[in-house]
Amino acid sequence: MEHIELFFKSIFIDNMVFATFLGMCSYLAVSKKVSTAVGLGAAVIFVLAITVPLNWLLDQYLLQPGALSWLGEEYAAYDLSFLSFIMFIATIATMVQLVEIVVEKFSPSLYNSLGIFLPLIAVNCAILGGSLFMQSREIPTLGLATVYGVGSGIGWFLAILAIAAIREKIRYSNVPPALRGLGITFIITGLMAIGFMSFGGMLTGGDEDTPVEEKTATIESADDHTEDEKVVVNNLKDNE
Amino acid sequence: MGLLSKKDTKLITDPLADNNPITIQVLGICSALAITAELEASIVMSISVLFVLGVGNVVISLMRNIIPSKIRIIVQLIVVATLVIIVDLVLKAFAYELSKTLSVFVGLIITNCIIMGRFEAFALGNGPWRSFLDGIGNAAGYGVILIIVGFFRELLGSGTLLGIPMLGDPIEKTGLYAIGYENNGFMLLSPMALIVVGIIIWVQRSRNKALVED
Repeated sequence: MEHIELFFKSIFIDNMVFATFLGMCSYLAVSKKVSTAVGLGAAVIFVLAITVPLNWLLDQYLLQPGALSWLGEEYAAYDLSFLSFIMFIATIATMVQLVEIVVEKFSPSLYNSLGIFLPLIAVNCAILGGSLFMQSREIPTLGLATVYGVGSGIGWFLAILAIAAIREKIRYSNVPPALRGLGITFIITGLMAIGFMSFGGMLTGGDEDTPVEEKTATIESADDHTEDEKVVVNNLKDNE
Repeated sequence: MGLLSKKDTKLITDPLADNNPITIQVLGICSALAITAELEASIVMSISVLFVLGVGNVVISLMRNIIPSKIRIIVQLIVVATLVIIVDLVLKAFAYELSKTLSVFVGLIITNCIIMGRFEAFALGNGPWRSFLDGIGNAAGYGVILIIVGFFRELLGSGTLLGIPMLGDPIEKTGLYAIGYENNGFMLLSPMALIVVGIIIWVQRSRNKALVED
């Protein structure tokens, strides 16, 4: 149950693009055609599904305060958490390189269709963001970390697929010249983000009071999203 | 300017408007949107990027002849990661509350595409001094957009700037609130960041027709 909840939460409620703006650069740059968007989206799901669990293991057994206690008593006091950025990015860069080599070896046709995107993914903030959010939200088990990685990847995939489809159609619309291209894409993404905000009540059944508390307790200030929600709730109360 | 030749000055001024990293090159957008609900966070983020990009560009430029091109991405990532760890630790030491607000987005400077983009496009082919200027210019162009977005979102969203009330007191109904103005809490939510940037792009391209895409 916990797994399913986290899965849907990471796809819809904490959608990487619409709630935390991760991976926006490639989201905007590679969303002109549906076919390329699908390729990049699939690669992101794949890399996230590998790197998030791997970084979870690193975090758990190497980086967290006290994580080195499996080495022996005298190592229990070590805190290597300041190294997490460099370890995470090294894992990601290595995995991307490895995936590239394996794919090239076993499926040249897939390699040719993904070719340029794979190295691009190493510097996609969605991938590092996935690992960093995994760390700051303190996801407890390896299973949940995998689910979180896959779910976030699927959320990102959905977002880029949707915007690519819209951008293919918007070519036939009469957009003001200065707003064409990038401008209108930003505004559409904003509107889609407003739509995705309505998924916020999905797992709580629309119960107003408890979820806000619960969310702030678990996520704390991991993203300013929850703070904002509180502000809105307060404003609504003020209005009443 | 005696210190800077005309070409050098252009390195700094170009990214501020006509070649802005965010609105024209479409780089480094993630962090630009996520932390702009408050002006203070935007300013700190801009300064952090200014530091990382300025120093990183110089380091990469100094090493450009000894980095094998096959592993250059990993070398670049390690240089950025080191600089970002420094920024993160400094923020945690001197501005703990703020580092909580910025949360993972300080870490995400590592994957900020502006930084990798400038390393690839400029620092690998130019000397340290020009790379430094280029880094400063691009980081400033990024900062300008961040500060504009942060300014509007904080002013319209919570009626304050840097935490100081600007429009009167919403509870005691002074200033603008006396004539029925209300804070627009929606400005603080994430979608409005996208829409504000969209509007900035719209304004910029209406003023400079050469930038219009077809």
